[in-house]
This record gives sequence, structure tokens and C-alpha cells, in this order.
Amino acid sequence: MAASEHIVGRGIGNKLILFTVVLVAAIWMLPIAWTLILSFKPNSELMISTASAFHPPYTLKNYTDIFQSSGVFRWLWNSAVVSIGVTAGILILSSLAGYGFARAEFKGRDIIFVLVLLGLAVPEQAVIIARHQMFSDLKMHNTYPAIILPGLSSAFGVFLMTQYFKAIPKDIDEAAMLDNASRFKIFWKVLLPLTIPAQATLGIFSFLGAWNDYLWPLISATKPEMFTITVGIASTQTNFAQSEGLGFLMAQAIFAGLPVFIVYLFFQKYIVRAVAGAAIS
Amino acid sequence: MTDVTLSPGKAVAAVKRPTGASIGPRWSNALFVAPYLVFYLVLLVYPLFKGIWMSMLQSDMFDDTSKFAGLANYHRLFNDKIFIGTVWNTFLFVLMTVPVFVAIGLLLALALNRGDRTAAALRAIFFGTSVLSVTIVTIIWKMMYMPGNGAIASIFKVLGLQPVAFITSSSLALVAIAICTIWWIIGLPMMLFLAALQQIPGELYEAAALDNASRWRSFWSITMPSIRRTMLVVVIYEIVAQFQLFGQAQLLTQGGPNNASRPIVQFIYEQGFRSWNLGYAAAASEILFLIMAVAALAQFFVSRKRVEE
Repeated sequence: MAASEHIVGRGIGNKLILFTVVLVAAIWMLPIAWTLILSFKPNSELMISTASAFHPPYTLKNYTDIFQSSGVFRWLWNSAVVSIGVTAGILILSSLAGYGFARAEFKGRDIIFVLVLLGLAVPEQAVIIARHQMFSDLKMHNTYPAIILPGLSSAFGVFLMTQYFKAIPKDIDEAAMLDNASRFKIFWKVLLPLTIPAQATLGIFSFLGAWNDYLWPLISATKPEMFTITVGIASTQTNFAQSEGLGFLMAQAIFAGLPVFIVYLFFQKYIVRAVAGAAIS
Repeated sequence: MTDVTLSPGKAVAAVKRPTGASIGPRWSNALFVAPYLVFYLVLLVYPLFKGIWMSMLQSDMFDDTSKFAGLANYHRLFNDKIFIGTVWNTFLFVLMTVPVFVAIGLLLALALNRGDRTAAALRAIFFGTSVLSVTIVTIIWKMMYMPGNGAIASIFKVLGLQPVAFITSSSLALVAIAICTIWWIIGLPMMLFLAALQQIPGELYEAAALDNASRWRSFWSITMPSIRRTMLVVVIYEIVAQFQLFGQAQLLTQGGPNNASRPIVQFIYEQGFRSWNLGYAAAASEILFLIMAVAALAQFFVSRKRVEE
């Protein structure tokens, strides 16, 4: 990386920049550190003041309270079902459509592809009122399908997979074609295994997006037992008066953030690669 | 995979029994894209047009009917001080955040564009916050901003300053949301800029170093021109994303005090799903759609012109 070393500079300038960035990173960590510390403080003490954050007593009660309140585990389960449903759906639909748009010719294909790409420009807010109405008419709100299905209409995955399929050399599937394999067999056995890196990045993005989605689940799921963890935490946040249960609220934030953070640490490489890939394409 | 590898015997069979895939257009090939198209048409295209239709209806709360009202909802929106206020707030928010995303994102990318472990760890810290959900982020920042007891108030006190009431002040509530948002998702522009920086060929800098060009000079004459496209991507992406501000405002300030931090999406949400004025909310959502489309288009043309010059 000769290029970057030159930009970052040499000697003292280099150290100064590093020092500044480390300082900024420390400031970046401060809000999370503060939340973490407060989550171990007794609620009664926080009611009076948070000044005692840096000395004992500390307690695990806020975390054991989470295990006793029934809601959180149900919400985590709902989030898991919804996120896995959205991810699986997007991967299946995008892979099929991506192969179709990249390889399988039919009349009008290119026009349809352009129309699908236009869908990328439509924000969720422009369709959300009508979507809500549709699911109301079908009496489907407060069900998993209602929370999952709208996410499957996103054109992003189709775009990504089409690009990926197009980048695979044509001789690979042409050989299989001469061999008299059916279209679907070629897709399933020859090309799909080659797209696993793209499946991984699209999968992680879809999963994180669905897990953190707020607006649609908030509108569609109105019964507490159908809340996702994101909506559920929001509901306790607005229900709690500021003075009571601060420590409990902090513990909930840490607890709810943990699963995504673990996913992030494990798949960091893919996430970074996905962002970088999106920037270059 | 064994049954699809090329073998002479099977190639002969292909001539006799043409059931395999043929090259060239075939209607059955459309079956690959059909499943997605069903979702696309039913859950995106249809609600898009239905939403435009709904925005021209006036619903009657009492007998659950609605009648065509033309542009009445739009007319009412333009005279609704609260709605105009939300448009203003949203524009302000975009103006506050997008330049910061570009500036800090680029600075972090320049500083962390190195192969060592320290840089990797620092990148992970800055990007890590963006995987959290908006509800967790707002809980964390509520504790930062809490008047009297919050971390920021405590820091102000330690420094001997008068604590500033971020969330409860009508001039600072939006700033508070902007700071929280920048903290939350600065990682994305940073990563986009990093990817662009790594595309620049190292020889360019080596040549500049031979010419004894200053760091400042090589930044302006090599780095900036090379990342212009990425800068455009970041700006457009962030404009579109920040126009959709909702969760942070709803959870951190509830749009207050006195509507000072209420964005358009919160207005749509409240009109649509709290007051059930569906037609009115749909009209507001079409205006948001229009503003976002115009912003993206204008930005696109302005930047293209500059690139051409």
C-alpha cells in the first residue's frame, strides 16, 4: 500500500493523525461504554443520579430482570423468524431472477430488467400506506407473512445477483448446455455453487436489514406478542418514564444489540467486502 | 455435478433428444424471473399506483367510505403549517448531516487506509455502530442527552459549563438527532471512500513523490479527482437516506419540542396510522417521493456537469 502511506504521511505527521483518530474512536466508544456501565447499576440509585456510575454497587439484576420479563424472548424469536424468512426469500428470488436476467433469454427481458431497476428508486414511504391497506383488506396484520413479504419486493438483490451471474464466464454453462442438461439443472448444479460469495454478502445484508427494520414492523405488528425485538425495545422505551427502570432499559439495549454485534464480528469480512463491492460496481 | 460434465456419449444423445436447454429466446426461460416479478408487481408497483390514487381520496371516518377529491389533500398539505414545518425540518436535517458524512467519512477513510491491525480495529469501531438498530441507538443517546443526569450534561458540569438541554430545546433538538445519526452510520460513507481510495493506482503517488509534490497537493490533484464518482454516490445515497429520517426523531424527541424536530416521515406515520387520515398521509408520502427524486436528479446533473467541465 505505497499509495496510502504516502497520503497518510511520514514520521511525526503520521503519528499525529493516528493519535487524533484514536482519540475520535475513544469518543465514538463513549456512548456504548456509558450504556454498558449504567446497565450494571441498581435502578434505585440511577433514579437519584447517574454520578455513581464509576463506583460500586454494581448488580446483575437488570439482566436477570430481562430473563423474567416474558416479552424479550418472544420478540427475539419473532425477529429470528422474520429475518430468516426475509433472507431466505430474497436469496431464492434474487438468484432465480439474477440467472434469468443474466443468462436465460426470453422476449421482452431487457425491458423488464430496466423496469425492475426503476424499482430501486421507489422509497418504502411512497408505498407504505397502500401496502398497509392491502394487508388490512386481507386481515393479515400481526402475522409473520405480513411482516416478511414486503421485504421480498426489493430490487436490490436482483440487481446484485444479475451482475454476479453476468460476470461468470459463459463457457462454463455452455459446456453444460452441449451436454443436454436442462436450464434449471445448469442453474442449480453448475452456476449457483459459483455464486456463494455473493449469496453470503446479500444474505448478511438482508438479515441485518430485516433485523433492524423499524417502520414496517411498527405499522404491521400492533400486538405485543408479534413485535420484533426492534419494535419491542421501542415500545418499552416509550412506556418507561424517565426516572424508573433506567438500568433495566440500558440492559435491554445491550442485550438486544448483542446478537447483531456477534453476527457483525463473525461476518465482518463479508460485510466490508459487500460495501466495497457496492461502491465499485 | 457429474451428470452435467461434457462427455462424448451424452453429446450424441443431445442431437437425438433435444430436451435440454437451447440457446436463444424461449418463453419458458421467463419462469426464472416470474417468482420475483410477482412480488415486485404485487408489493411494489401496485401499491405505488394505489398510493397515488389514495392520495386523491377523501376518507370519511364515520361510514368508512371515501370519495374522489382530486388534489384537495395536496391543497390542504400546502396550507398545513405543521406539514410545511416537517418539510423544513427534513431539509435542515439533510443539510446538517450530508456534508458531515462526506467530510468525516473521507477524513476517516484517508487516515485508516492502511493494512495494519490498528487501522483494521479502528475501522471496525467506526463501522460497528451501524449494525445496531435505531431503537438501541436512541436508548444509548437518550442516556447521553438526559438533562441533569446524562453523560453530556455531566461532562459540561465537570468542565464548569452550564449543561445544554439538547433534547428539550427547540433550536437544538434537530442537532441532537443529527449528532446521534452521524455517530450511528458514519461507517458506511467511510467504507465507500476506503473502497475508492484502494482503487487508485499507487504509481500515481510514487510519481508525485518523485516530483516532490506536497501531501496537500497530491491530495487535490490525485486523490480528489479519482474519488469524484464515489463522492457523488455518497452524496446522493445520503440525501436519499436522510430524507427518510424517522426512528431517531420519533424515539429521541417525539418530534418535539413544539414540532421543532418532526420530520416528514413522522408526519406520514402519525397522519396515516395514528389519526387514520389515509388519503392525507398518502399525499404527504407522494410529496416526499417527489422531493427525493428531484434531489437525486438535481445532484446527478450538477455533478455530471462539473465532471464534464
